[in-house]
Amino acid sequence: MPELTLGSTLSGYAFLILGTVLVDNFVLVRFLGLCPFMGVSKKLEGATGMALATSFVLTLSAICSYLVNSYLLAPLGLEYLRTISFILVIAVVVQFTEMVVRKTSPLLYRVLGIYLPLITTNCAVLGVALLNVQEQNSFIESALYGFGASVGFSLVLILFAAIRERLEVADVPGPFKGPAIALITAGLMSLAFMGFAGLGGA
Amino acid sequence: MAQTKREVLIDPLVDNNPIALQILGICSALAVTTKLETALMMCMALTVVTALSNASISLIRNHIPSSIRIIVQMTIIASLVIVVDQFLRAFAFETAKELSVFVGLIITNCIVMGRAEAFAMKNPPGISFIDGLGNGLGYSVILIVVAVVRELFGSGSLMGYEIFTLTSNGGSYVSNGMLLLPPSAFFIIGLMIWGLRTWKPAQKEDPDFQIHQVHRTEVL
Repeated sequence: MPELTLGSTLSGYAFLILGTVLVDNFVLVRFLGLCPFMGVSKKLEGATGMALATSFVLTLSAICSYLVNSYLLAPLGLEYLRTISFILVIAVVVQFTEMVVRKTSPLLYRVLGIYLPLITTNCAVLGVALLNVQEQNSFIESALYGFGASVGFSLVLILFAAIRERLEVADVPGPFKGPAIALITAGLMSLAFMGFAGLGGA
Repeated sequence: MAQTKREVLIDPLVDNNPIALQILGICSALAVTTKLETALMMCMALTVVTALSNASISLIRNHIPSSIRIIVQMTIIASLVIVVDQFLRAFAFETAKELSVFVGLIITNCIVMGRAEAFAMKNPPGISFIDGLGNGLGYSVILIVVAVVRELFGSGSLMGYEIFTLTSNGGSYVSNGMLLLPPSAFFIIGLMIWGLRTWKPAQKEDPDFQIHQVHRTEVL
């Protein structure tokens, strides 16, 4: 985007974030990161911890995998090794986060510790890295895309956990209990998020 | 071995289905099912990866240090996924393009990792291969049903062939566009789980508890 002025670039970035958070929500529209979405949304507290941990790792790994892709893989012509290098980058970022958190804040580690290993297998994290390459995002765009994705993920996860806490005490027919009603709820949420589709001229 | 080979293969199809009972790997199940063709491609890719990764992880299971086993498993799975990805790009480029990132995302598919961790690390290669195959097929069963419903009623065709003539083409079938949109995928899988649990009531025994146990969140 060479001709764009600073103002329009900034608004472009703002729309990029808005788009990934609401319009193109990673969980409800792109179907990425559904495993933790279903798995750790039983309790609001757990969901908040997961959302925080994932946001951090997602943004960081989006940046790292962009760097790996454009400065290591692309110059060497090794694009076909993208998935394996990205997953290793993510595993390293997760491990690194775990070590830092454990050393610096035992309290935070107690809250987030158990979620960190699960993030490696969160498809949203790898999905963001791969989509960044596919859409040829620049460095800043990649970082913002990762950030927007993580905000969207956190928002939906926390909302969903709050709904599920209420569902837990609702009188749901036997076979519908648990995942079945949760999926229907997610479907309704997804319907609601489709209402954002016209937002920002996306 | 408590289970026979037949049980290991058949069990994940209905009784212990990875998607319906364990709610694993639903990301791709929802994302690639607007068309039967892409769904079939995804099923084949996943089944091949699960079976082969189970077999190869099981082969070296006694040599993997437990502290880095996740990374070792991921490397093996990722290598297999790259092979499958390159293969699809070479022989079915158009469909591979529609699957977009989801072939790459087989790496993080919980079914593959889950089977490697839960089965292949404890069992010999032969039976692990069969277990991978069975779980891949269990995943495929759900994907194919969802894809058939979505493509047949959403666009009136199957595998791209017209089944119901749409009103726009002078026929009588008004397509249900909602089925092609993301929310419907959630509804269909939710309703399928409901159906399955009504049919096999044994599956509905407190599934919440099971998920919690796996994630160890209750300790806090």
